[in-house]
Amino acid sequence: MTSADTSAPWWASEGFWRKCAIFVTAFMALVLIILTFHTLVVIEAGGESGRVPAYSVINHRIGFEFDSDRNHAVPTIGPLVPLFGEVLSEEEAKALVNHGKLTVQARNCMNCHTLLGNGAYYAPDLTKAWLDPGWGNEQARELLMTMFLTDPVANQRTFGTGRTMPNPNLTEDELRGVIAYLKWMSAIDTNGFPNGFKPLPQDGPVFEAEEVVQ
Amino acid sequence: MKLGAINYSELTDAQRLAVKYFIVAMALFLAQMLFGVLAAIQFVIPDFLFGVLDFNVNRMVHINAMVVWMLYGFIGSIFWLIEDESGVPLVGQKIANITFWVLTAAVSVVVVVFLFVQSGPGEQMTLWLINEGREYIEAPRWADIGIVLCMLAIFYNVCGTFLKGKWSGISGVLVLDLVALAGLYLAGMFYTTNLPMDQYWWWWVIHLWVEATWEVLVGCIMAWGLIATLGANRRIVTTWLYIEVALMFGSGILGLGHHYFWIGTPEYWLGVGGFFSALEPVPLVAMVVHAIYDAGRHSFQSNNHPALAWLIAHAFGNFLGAGVWGFMQTLPQINLYTHGTQWASSHGHLAFFGAYVTIIVAFIYLAVQKLRGDVWMSGRLPLNGFMWKGSLLLTHVGMIGMTIALLIAGYEQAFVERAQGGSTWAAYFAGQSQPWFIQAMWWRLVFGILMTVGVVMLLWDFLRIGAGETRSKLDVRRHSAPATEQDSSVDAAETQTA
Repeated sequence: MTSADTSAPWWASEGFWRKCAIFVTAFMALVLIILTFHTLVVIEAGGESGRVPAYSVINHRIGFEFDSDRNHAVPTIGPLVPLFGEVLSEEEAKALVNHGKLTVQARNCMNCHTLLGNGAYYAPDLTKAWLDPGWGNEQARELLMTMFLTDPVANQRTFGTGRTMPNPNLTEDELRGVIAYLKWMSAIDTNGFPNGFKPLPQDGPVFEAEEVVQ
Repeated sequence: MKLGAINYSELTDAQRLAVKYFIVAMALFLAQMLFGVLAAIQFVIPDFLFGVLDFNVNRMVHINAMVVWMLYGFIGSIFWLIEDESGVPLVGQKIANITFWVLTAAVSVVVVVFLFVQSGPGEQMTLWLINEGREYIEAPRWADIGIVLCMLAIFYNVCGTFLKGKWSGISGVLVLDLVALAGLYLAGMFYTTNLPMDQYWWWWVIHLWVEATWEVLVGCIMAWGLIATLGANRRIVTTWLYIEVALMFGSGILGLGHHYFWIGTPEYWLGVGGFFSALEPVPLVAMVVHAIYDAGRHSFQSNNHPALAWLIAHAFGNFLGAGVWGFMQTLPQINLYTHGTQWASSHGHLAFFGAYVTIIVAFIYLAVQKLRGDVWMSGRLPLNGFMWKGSLLLTHVGMIGMTIALLIAGYEQAFVERAQGGSTWAAYFAGQSQPWFIQAMWWRLVFGILMTVGVVMLLWDFLRIGAGETRSKLDVRRHSAPATEQDSSVDAAETQTA
């Protein structure tokens, strides 16, 4: 092999490209690992960057407003409008969102829907499901979501396509968890994805500070 | 060896094991096609099998059958070439056989649970026993652990064999790549409430498998295949393999960033992911040049035309499906609108087919040839090679038709739902009910059925090609002067009679 190598110029030799393959792979892997360490800190739930909100964000009104500095819409966290009228601690909120995420995985939602744009394309993206204008307004939303998820066949939202969602047969706790998970998901900073999305009007009553039971 | 008859006993133990892997792979390939057709029907007739086999079940089986059969195809190919490449018999034959049966039993149980249990309560138990609910790696955790153990056993076989025998450039790359491939699977084996964290690691498995380690693995298989089918020069092939590894990992590792545009991860991924993933087609161009150069260098003379044809199809399919179709939507400026639409589906179909189906099919043709006693599988086959040519044509027409149909649907979806409608649910359904979208989905179904027919023909051809053939593959080597195909087969016939 080495004798044949000498006939090839250095830039076409086996040895040169073997070294290249090793160094390039090692260098790229190293860069990826460094970036990963940084990213993992940035995307901690409730971390300083604010890109991934704390789970207790479900106590608040979530918006999606244009940010002229970044030139796209970003999630905003508004006044207290707690989910199901109940202010939760960070631990309680995490447990609820966690139950929702487990349920979404256990019912295999991702093989029809997309979450943050990833999944299957048979049903709508769920990134901003909580803010979808289809729910009408802030006051009607929780009831409509509950009705839909309790019996999606009877309360179809197929917009004439006939793509009915099968009944996921959620328990009461699972249902509340799924809605909490969707609300939390809508507050993740996704660099403006989905572009051009306009949330439903949210001008219902807000909680006053003294109503909060700590 | 008897020409044209199945010579199972003539195979080495490792090759017999490879045949078992190929058989399961092809059964799962057929399952992938059937469940894909069911899901495609549901796109146009949503009530079809509603409540029995819902879209999410069909789609899950469709993509998981694919991932598993491709892994089976790769493992089979490795076992097939390992003794030739290392020069010694397989180390740990007994363990290798047990691994096959354990892995196959586990896969069967997972499929049965997917089909008949489908989903479970929102608890950890469901993720451990039924379904992990994460696209492509839905296999429950118990199966994950089983898969890792099986991969360790296979790694022991592969590494042990090369350690005992001789190393080569191909085997060195192969072994290191297997370490990365198996190690990456671990990144998908944990649960977290934090969705961006979940998807960050999930992409380590999916992307660094299909856009990095799998590509390098098929590079190794392709390298061995070119030497086997064409008698290509090993030094040149090995040098090409190193070039491909440098380019593939050089672009593909940080190309991972193109999945981190919109999942909550920091903004620098827009630049890193956009830049490096845009370079990902470069190694695929190199692979086309490499394959065509080698084939042309040997005047397309080979003793196995179907295998060579599928190897060429691999080079082009990989470049078009993974390279061009991926590049089309990889820059964040366009991906903002195409992410999560049928564009991805169009790209996924052509990329998996072009990059991985083709190479495994080519390899199985090599195996079938040996199985039939090293028969002639070149020019002048019965019916002029109608079955292999027909199945090649139908699978390609079907796949390209599906890809174009899905791309049209994707264009339409990106414009209507995303750009105009602002991605609300109403906008999603407005896009899905556009006549052009619906027509595209019908065409996808038609081409999908066409491809399924092609796959059935292909499987039939695997069973029949070379049966009753009386010419040996060695005849072409004996007349290695660049003669026409007709000449060499006439000579071959003469040699046989003599």
